[in-house]
Order: sequence, then C-alpha cells, then structure tokens
Amino acid sequence: MIRMLLPLIVFGGLLALLIAGLQTAEERKLVQSPLVGKPVPEVTLPALHDPQTTRSTAELVGQPYILNVWGSWCWACRVEHPFIERLGQEAGVPLVGFNWKDEREDALEWLERFGDAWSFHLVDFEGRAAIDLGVYGAPETYLVDHRGIIQHKHIGPIDATVFEDLMRRIMQMRAEAGS
Amino acid sequence: MTRLQGFMRFECSAFRVQGRLRPAAMILAGLLLSAVVAASAIEPFPFESELQEQRFRSLAEEIRCTVCQNQSLADSDAPLAQDLRRELFAMLQDGRSDMEIRMFMVDRYGDFVLYRPPLAGHTLLLWGGPIVLLLIALGSTIVIVRRRRKAL
Repeated sequence: MIRMLLPLIVFGGLLALLIAGLQTAEERKLVQSPLVGKPVPEVTLPALHDPQTTRSTAELVGQPYILNVWGSWCWACRVEHPFIERLGQEAGVPLVGFNWKDEREDALEWLERFGDAWSFHLVDFEGRAAIDLGVYGAPETYLVDHRGIIQHKHIGPIDATVFEDLMRRIMQMRAEAGS
Repeated sequence: MTRLQGFMRFECSAFRVQGRLRPAAMILAGLLLSAVVAASAIEPFPFESELQEQRFRSLAEEIRCTVCQNQSLADSDAPLAQDLRRELFAMLQDGRSDMEIRMFMVDRYGDFVLYRPPLAGHTLLLWGGPIVLLLIALGSTIVIVRRRRKAL
C-alpha cells in the first residue's frame, strides 16, 4: 500500500516545496547588502539645488542619519513619498536624498511637484558612488548611526509597516548617539 | 509581496522610462528590438588587446546583474549593469587582477553576484547538493538492480 502511495507522497512533497518557494519568491530576490554593519563609504557629490557645492557623507559623522536613494524616473519612489515626508518630519535626524542617475531638471521638477522633505540631496548622475554604496535599485533606504556604521538597509518602497520598523530603529540609534 | 514588483519592473526593462529617450528614439528602438534581441548587451569598449577583451567578457559572464538576477553583466541591459560594465572596463584598464575585480563586486553586492560563489558554510548545500543527489541516485540504482537480480 505504502509503495503505491509513494509517488503521490513525493508529488505532494514537491507541491509543498513549490508553494513554499512561491511564498518567499519576492523576499529571495532581495540581495542582502554586505555593507550592513560596516562603515558607510565616504561619498562626496554635487548638491542638487546648488550644483556648484559638494556635499559629503563625512560631514554627517557624529550623528545618525537616513540616506534615501531616489530618482524622478523611479515609479516606486512616488509610492513611498508620503512616508519619506513623515520621516523628514518625525525622525529627528538628517534625511539625505541620494538622487541616482537622474536629470537635474527632472529631479527639481519632481521635488516641486511632490514636496521636498529631505535635508539635502547628493547627486550621482554617473552612478559611480552608488556602486560603492551597493545600490542596485531605487528606492533604497540606509540607516547610518553616529559612528558612521550602516545599521540597516531597506530595499524597495517604504510602506506603513516598514515605516514603523525604520522609526523604531532610528529611535534606537538616537538613543545610542545620545549616550 | 506585490509591493516590490514595481520596484524591479522599470529597472529590468531594456528601455528605462527615464526621460532620456526621445519618442522617435523609442519607436526606432522598438523597431530594432527584434534585431537586437540575439545580440550581446555589451557596448563597444576601446580594448587595448584581445586578451583584455577576453578577460572583460569572461568576467562579465561570471558576474550576476543584481537587478535582473538571471542575467549576467554581459547579458543585462539594466542601467546598473551598464554602470558596472563601465566600472569593470575601468578596472581592467587600471591593471587590476581578475581576483581584485571579483572582490570589488563581492564587497559591494555580496557573494550572490558571483555565479560561482566561494565554497563556504552557507554555500555548502549549493556546491554539495548535486553530489549528494548523485550519490542517492547511484545508491538507489544499485539497490534496485540487486533486487531485480535476486528476483530473477
């Protein structure tokens, strides 16, 4: 009896594997960054509003901050934008925009239209600095602590759940920086 | 689960919605698309020698594009893959070794970018799995053959 049922059992097993695989398919696509837990690479890039000046991650050492990768071409960045606004208002730490592979005029127009909640923006037109940060899509959000260590990286748009998680982590970073 | 789909979709298409392509160019691109499909995604770089070009190609083929994850850097049209190819070429020009270039990619994107990741604790199943399966198959074949012989 068991011998006859064996193919069915194997088939059932494969089916279970398939269903389990489908459930985690999206999650498995995310490439965990090897940079989490490591110092943030120092990037010095032109500012968005004032292209003559350069801004650097080095100037932020000593305080926790958020680095958010976005582009006006990025559809999902618009989706997460309400939460970016909330981060800008509620997080209490600098919110740095990393304008990735964008056109300056497009980016400025986008900010005009949807609102600029960021503290300032770094412009990476070529995408060279983004490689050093391990960026592979937009939006991506990095949390950097006061020692300059990347504590967390969120890949993809921020939704309500992610927002809560980020806020919890930011509060923890702020507490650590205060001590 | 669905929230990530939009995130990946634009990046993976050959023609990104980014404002840089003019409508006429888009139409032309569309017309040409069928002809381009079979061709490699690699843009012509001014290689110094044939050897350098070979090294570029073999490295581009063994590094995964993290955007379109079933494509190598050599296959992918994703903007990030273009950037990484440019970086790869610059590093070759710079005289860096193949190993240094692989480390550069791994430092930024993790072991996942290598189609042949190093043998380590977390890749043991990946490398050992096929051997284990082969052993199981061999073992069961032997058992089945022996049983049939006995039955004869």
